[in-house]
Amino acid sequence: MPSFTRPLGPARRLKNIGFVVASVLASVLVLAPLVSIFGYLVYKGVGSVNLAFVTHLPKPVGEEGGGMANAIVGSLMILGLGSLIGVPLGIGAGIYLAEFGRGRFVTLVRFTADVLNGVPSIVVGIAAYALVVLPQHHFSALSAGVALGIMMIPTIARTTEEMLLMVPNTIREAALGLGISQWRTTLQVTLRTASKGVITGAMLAFARVAGETAPLLFTAFGNQFWNLDPNQPTSALPLQIFSYAISPFDEWHRQAWAGALVLIILIVVAVSAVRVVTSRGTMTHNA
Amino acid sequence: MRFKPPVFASQDASRAVQTIEVPRIELRSSRMGKVLDVLFRYSLLICALSVLAIMALFFYELTSRSQLSISKFGFRFFTGNTWDPVSGDFGAMPFIYGTLVSSLVALALATPLAVGVAVFVTELCPRSLRGLISFTVELLAAIPSVVYGLWGIFVLAPLLRTYVEPWLAKYLAWTGFFTGPAYGIGMLAASVILAIMIVPIIASITREVLIAVPQNQREAVLALGATRWEMVRMAVLRNARAGIMGGIILGLGRAIGETMAVTMVIGNRPEVAKSLFAPGYTMASVIANEFSEASDDLYLSALIEIGLALLIVTVIVNACARLLIWSITRGQGARTHA
Repeated sequence: MPSFTRPLGPARRLKNIGFVVASVLASVLVLAPLVSIFGYLVYKGVGSVNLAFVTHLPKPVGEEGGGMANAIVGSLMILGLGSLIGVPLGIGAGIYLAEFGRGRFVTLVRFTADVLNGVPSIVVGIAAYALVVLPQHHFSALSAGVALGIMMIPTIARTTEEMLLMVPNTIREAALGLGISQWRTTLQVTLRTASKGVITGAMLAFARVAGETAPLLFTAFGNQFWNLDPNQPTSALPLQIFSYAISPFDEWHRQAWAGALVLIILIVVAVSAVRVVTSRGTMTHNA
Repeated sequence: MRFKPPVFASQDASRAVQTIEVPRIELRSSRMGKVLDVLFRYSLLICALSVLAIMALFFYELTSRSQLSISKFGFRFFTGNTWDPVSGDFGAMPFIYGTLVSSLVALALATPLAVGVAVFVTELCPRSLRGLISFTVELLAAIPSVVYGLWGIFVLAPLLRTYVEPWLAKYLAWTGFFTGPAYGIGMLAASVILAIMIVPIIASITREVLIAVPQNQREAVLALGATRWEMVRMAVLRNARAGIMGGIILGLGRAIGETMAVTMVIGNRPEVAKSLFAPGYTMASVIANEFSEASDDLYLSALIEIGLALLIVTVIVNACARLLIWSITRGQGARTHA
């Protein structure tokens, strides 16, 4: 322990200045890549995003133009399938953890969900491949949906649980005290009170898996043409960006940037749309 | 979300803005209600069990599908240096090496930066900037991996090739880590991309832990005449070190499993090279690149065994990190309301 009674010496003063400078520098260094990434996305992507890009199929190598319409639709289909699996299971698990959760079993589920969150997405892809693709003998949008749905469950479960735990107990007690059955209390009182946070949590999970590429590589596999059948291989935006980015063609690089910009915009639009809808919902609710 | 106590309209009608309105529902209780209650409870239990089932399924599927490779190669699989699908000889050493080196270098780059940001946000920066900076750092976590890869190929790699790598080669070549031709694409690029991707994870956990340090600890040290740095070092970082460690381990778990961005910038060559300029290969990228082309059963089984190894390692790493973080932030995070 140094003695603090002496006046502030130059060594201590310098150390302090060095510390402030270092932490400011660290912040700048961390934020720099973000600025650079968004800058390049807009700079390289904006010129190539046009109506043709979102309405046309990819063109073969050497031809100018073309778009990623099938990949955008494919992504939406896979994400829809994933949400159908992930959202109900995730919210259900979250409700169980928050409302019926006592003892070791719940701690185990909570812990497993947290650990599951850290399992690499490529491993989830292998599991979906073994689970759906191998028995079916072909790649499919469905298998990709299963992979993304599995990835959504732990995130949604934990955020739902946290949101429900913020609802004061008196509200539950009031409802139960009126003789309302447990399931209605939980669904129509507790869950509804926490609905905004629960939906935001589900949306964040959606945004997280929307950009996932690794689990799609050997489930959705990719497709150069239109496909609306969940049982067939499907193109997806991240897959298309990946294969164009590692290709040797300038035209495809341009399209990859455009695809990345569209992907980011889709994610941001989806998240903010839900934000707007839920906030309006509670506003009229309160009025 | 914060709840204020309900205000009755007769008391103050003008203030009744931010109150919870409990939804109006009909009071109708019946025997059906009891049956539905039980049904409800069990369907929720099934949802909760699905979390455990998924984890069990991962282990079951990956273990059973990699039997072929496990029984043929045994432990030699993890020490072997050759990866030859044509002759059916598989050793995962180059991939394990690539994953370890890229993750550890990324961790070394990311940790000081992430802790620096967290300290800046919680201890130094003006209140008005605080929200903005945390939000931007979290935005980094929301960028898809494939977009990082795209940026890595076309922005980061040329930057490394023309500026950073020549400089490193000039001044630090004697270490042996920075020799050979500077391609831009290679182990160094992968480490830098990984570092950028794990900074938000470490930073957000560190921030949480720093906030959890009681304010009076800071005040006590400041009152003794300490400078800001001395306050942060003695009162804040010392109290928070276990939690920061948890954040770092969590970042390590993410770095080990990260696939797309790394695959796009690491160069994908299964070799063990000392120089960070050289191209490498990681466990996750070899699965990403070769899985859908794996023609025979042994090849596929070998790739799935790498996946199994990844699963086991990340589960252990994440379990350790969670236990550490839980032990620090207990009482703030999830806890039953009962």
